[in-house]
Amino acid sequence: MEYLGLFNYWAVVVIMMSGFYIMIARHNLVKKIIGLSIFQTGIFYFFISLGKVDSGTAPIFVNQQTGEAVYSNPLPHVLILTAIVVGVATMAVGLALIVRLYESYGSIEEDDIRKIEQKDFHDDADSY
Amino acid sequence: MYSVHFPVLIVILPLIAAPLCIIARHSFAAFLIALTANSISVLLAVAVVRRVIDGSVIHYSLGGWIAPTGIEYYIDTLNGVLLLIISLLSFLALIFAKDSIQQEISKARHYLFYAGWLMCLVGLLGMVITGDAFNVFVFLEISSLSMYMLIALGKQRRQAILAAFRYLMMGSIGASFILLGIGFLYAATGTLNMLDLSERLPGVGQSRTVLVGFSFITVGLLIKTAVFPVHSWLANTYQFAPSSIAVFLAGTATKVSLYVFLRFFFHVFGQDYSFAQMLLDNILLPLVVIGFFVMSIVAVYQTDIRRVLAYSSIAQIGYIFVALIMATESGLTAGIIHMINHAFIKAALFVAAGCIAYRLGSTRIKDMSGLVVHMPWTTSAFIIAGLSLIGIPLTAGFISKWHLIAATIESGWWLIALMILLSSLIAIVYIGKIIEVFCFGSQPNSQGRAVIQEAPLSMLLPLWILIIISLYTGINADVVVSLAAQSADQLLGTMQ
Amino acid sequence: MNPLMALLPPLLLIPFIIVFGEKQRNLREASIVIAGGILFWLNLLILQDYTAGQRLASERFVLFNELSIYLNAEPLGILFALLASFLWIVTTLYSIGYMRAHGEKNQTRFYLCFALAIAAVMAAAYAGNLFTLFIAYEVITLSTFPLVTHAGTEKARRAGRIYLAVLMGGSIVLLLPAMILIWWLTGRMDFVSGGVFVDAEDNALLILLLMALVILGTAKAAVMPFHRWLPNAMVAPTPVSALLHAVAVVKTGVFLILKVVVYIFGFELLSELKGLIILQLVAALTLLLGSLIAMTKDNLKERLAYSTISQLAYIVLAALLVNPLAADAAALHIVTHAFGKITLFFCAGAIMVALHKKAISELSGIGRQMPFTMTAFFIAALSIIGLPPLAGLWSKLAIAQGALQVDQLWVIAVLMLSSLLNIAYLLPIPLRAFFAKTNNSSQLALKEAPTACLLAIGVTALGCIALFFTIDYISLILKMMQ
Repeated sequence: MEYLGLFNYWAVVVIMMSGFYIMIARHNLVKKIIGLSIFQTGIFYFFISLGKVDSGTAPIFVNQQTGEAVYSNPLPHVLILTAIVVGVATMAVGLALIVRLYESYGSIEEDDIRKIEQKDFHDDADSY
Repeated sequence: MYSVHFPVLIVILPLIAAPLCIIARHSFAAFLIALTANSISVLLAVAVVRRVIDGSVIHYSLGGWIAPTGIEYYIDTLNGVLLLIISLLSFLALIFAKDSIQQEISKARHYLFYAGWLMCLVGLLGMVITGDAFNVFVFLEISSLSMYMLIALGKQRRQAILAAFRYLMMGSIGASFILLGIGFLYAATGTLNMLDLSERLPGVGQSRTVLVGFSFITVGLLIKTAVFPVHSWLANTYQFAPSSIAVFLAGTATKVSLYVFLRFFFHVFGQDYSFAQMLLDNILLPLVVIGFFVMSIVAVYQTDIRRVLAYSSIAQIGYIFVALIMATESGLTAGIIHMINHAFIKAALFVAAGCIAYRLGSTRIKDMSGLVVHMPWTTSAFIIAGLSLIGIPLTAGFISKWHLIAATIESGWWLIALMILLSSLIAIVYIGKIIEVFCFGSQPNSQGRAVIQEAPLSMLLPLWILIIISLYTGINADVVVSLAAQSADQLLGTMQ
Repeated sequence: MNPLMALLPPLLLIPFIIVFGEKQRNLREASIVIAGGILFWLNLLILQDYTAGQRLASERFVLFNELSIYLNAEPLGILFALLASFLWIVTTLYSIGYMRAHGEKNQTRFYLCFALAIAAVMAAAYAGNLFTLFIAYEVITLSTFPLVTHAGTEKARRAGRIYLAVLMGGSIVLLLPAMILIWWLTGRMDFVSGGVFVDAEDNALLILLLMALVILGTAKAAVMPFHRWLPNAMVAPTPVSALLHAVAVVKTGVFLILKVVVYIFGFELLSELKGLIILQLVAALTLLLGSLIAMTKDNLKERLAYSTISQLAYIVLAALLVNPLAADAAALHIVTHAFGKITLFFCAGAIMVALHKKAISELSGIGRQMPFTMTAFFIAALSIIGLPPLAGLWSKLAIAQGALQVDQLWVIAVLMLSSLLNIAYLLPIPLRAFFAKTNNSSQLALKEAPTACLLAIGVTALGCIALFFTIDYISLILKMMQ
């Protein structure tokens, strides 16, 4: 039971690790970026679930009967808003780079790119 | 009376200037805006350093929200000095960039380049100045994202883009790890303010949450500082980025990550937790020793001047790490001295390499034979900086090496001292190879290109300013040494 | 007088050399001779002031809290400075003839680096602490590097690489940590009589290690196995080999060792050290092996280089005997060997200029063509061997006395054996030149080197003889050491 109570962390770990796995195992650059995004999303979930309080609501609601305010910690939400923006920006830059890579290498498969890269390298070495 | 707000203005001014560059949409106008904003940052940093130089600490609450509720800027001797160094290096590199990018980036995009530069500067300065753990992550990403963009602008387009993409993947993982680590610390303590963290962490130090947070932050920072097994991104980025960006990156980016390392492990976690309890030194020592040794050897076999310097940078970061993880006062002092000295030395070397690339159109060492005749000022600057990197007496590098060796001996790490000395022999080889080509190589074959001229004044000026700074700190080392010693005291001692 | 003044003549000379350049060679070289004269005179003044009992030290220039640079004149240094500055004048004279006759390129760079090296040698001679000496040592390495690679050929560049790697490598990997260790153990690095170590019973092993680091790390002293750079450096123009690689550079190395023995460790401390015998053996081995290898070399300059290695080992060995007598002997040998070896190199260069011959086997019968040069060679060779009435005798005798003082009889045996070897590798050269049969009739005409060269050779050869009679003065200077 103790471990089940921490199911949110289990979810976070699974999401993060699947994202991480995609980043490492896939050779398609777009998929890598998707993996990165999933990985970051896992971190976001982690933060959000940290702030959750049982039966807590948004901090602007006050319980009408008791006058008590039970609300979730708003700080992680704020942090994650920032982090999401950062994540989106990272993805935008990454995808923009992939577009350029596709234009200059003619492929978004890392294997193909690596072959061309090695050829570039040897061309450099040959021109000595 | 406005001087209270100097800390925030250092960061805000480039941030405001960056969109102005985009509005200006003109190469030279954007350059002027960037230069103005940067020079004001330098002046403000000087003013701030003057206030912390006696060992006092500035707390600046953003928007009047007192920490730990609000975000706080925290400036002590170490980051005060770093603020000055970063803004100064950026300023010099910017002057260098003006002519350097003419050949590398099409004129229509210059304004974007300057805007990106300013954003990167904002990120780096912000990482150094802030006293809030989450803020470190935000500024880290600001600087990294603009850096990816700037690297991708390199002259050999497709290699540069590939280097930028790989850096993006590595850098994002590193940053995400740091973010995750900060999350765990927040979960354990309920605060993000570094001061507050350092006070609350000892109470919960034994919990697994802190342990996990510690591990994630360590790995994340190692990636960002390019420590041996996770260094691969650095060589390509330095080689293919525009010359001026390589200067900027080499002088500042890794140093800032090192600073964050210092801040977290000595200040937030405290050296007792990081080293006595978590044995961070035992974990890192083999990595960094292999790192500086192997990377020095790798540097010998490179054929591209910027790649040599890049691998040398990885090796030098290894030295700094060795010094830092001794976690003694003299070790920290040595590490900080080398951080400062190496920033200037490496920046000077990359500026010289950039000057050569500008006139020669190539960064291959083979093409540079006999260059001393054509570009005497550039090559002599390179030689001086190179000697400093090796650690010849009366240069800044010697002061670093002296303290480094003395600190390792004091800690009883005899073998490490020997390794450092041997690897600095290798530095003689890789710098010596380049110098030999400069001085004794046969004349450059001038087929198909005009006779090579000396680099323009706007590039020589920052180069020689850097050289003079690094010579001055080598001869009158007291300034750097005492500042470093004071920083080390502050890091090891209690917070106030 | 401030010993800092001794740095001025060679340094102020540099702008003159640059301004005159290749266009006004006569003025350029005249300015060097004048600077040399002033330098020698200044050194004499320093000696005079010192004899008058003045304390001659410069201001301390502090690098950071503990580390400082300063100059301080003392007898050993004054002697070394006098020697180097006097021979600089002679060598310049020689260079004028040699470089012009040889049509060497980049003469301005040559003289410039030479002047820089001399300035550094002066700084080394008057160094007030180990750190200053170390800096001067490194500057000498760097400023002589362009001289070694002067020819610009692949061979010269390779020699330059070895030169830099061994000298710089030794100093950084061995000497620098030794220095840091000394500083860490004692907190100071000044040269003070009696040494800086207060009590050292606890760390005898450490001290032995330090001594080994200093002796091996000072690669300029060419103790085996760090001797390879010296024969390689012989690709440099002969004036460089003569002044720098027989006198200034290599002697800075042994001078450093001597200074460290006398003023850092002190006799008292070292004489209690049991393990010192190991280092003495290393020096003795270098001494004998150097002579043996010299016999196998046919290239004249290379043979002389190995002879230098062997002679340097005399000095190191004498220093390691750790008693005042032997230390005096070491200093004496620095002087007498300098005159002998510089003459030999001058002669080798003269033969190269006049007859373009480098190998000893080609020298048969050249005594008739170059009688003056070969006579000088003969005199110098005898001085190196240590026969009266030549200066070399005194220093060898003094070393033997130093060995007797501490009952190290085996050292005397080594000295005798080595003297025999000296005869075996040096004397055949003049003998072959004068007496070997030659059937080449063209070899009968007189064909001497340029007059400037002959003048220089004459001065140093006469010096070998004159020193035999005036050695007392030098001993007097050294007496002031106590």
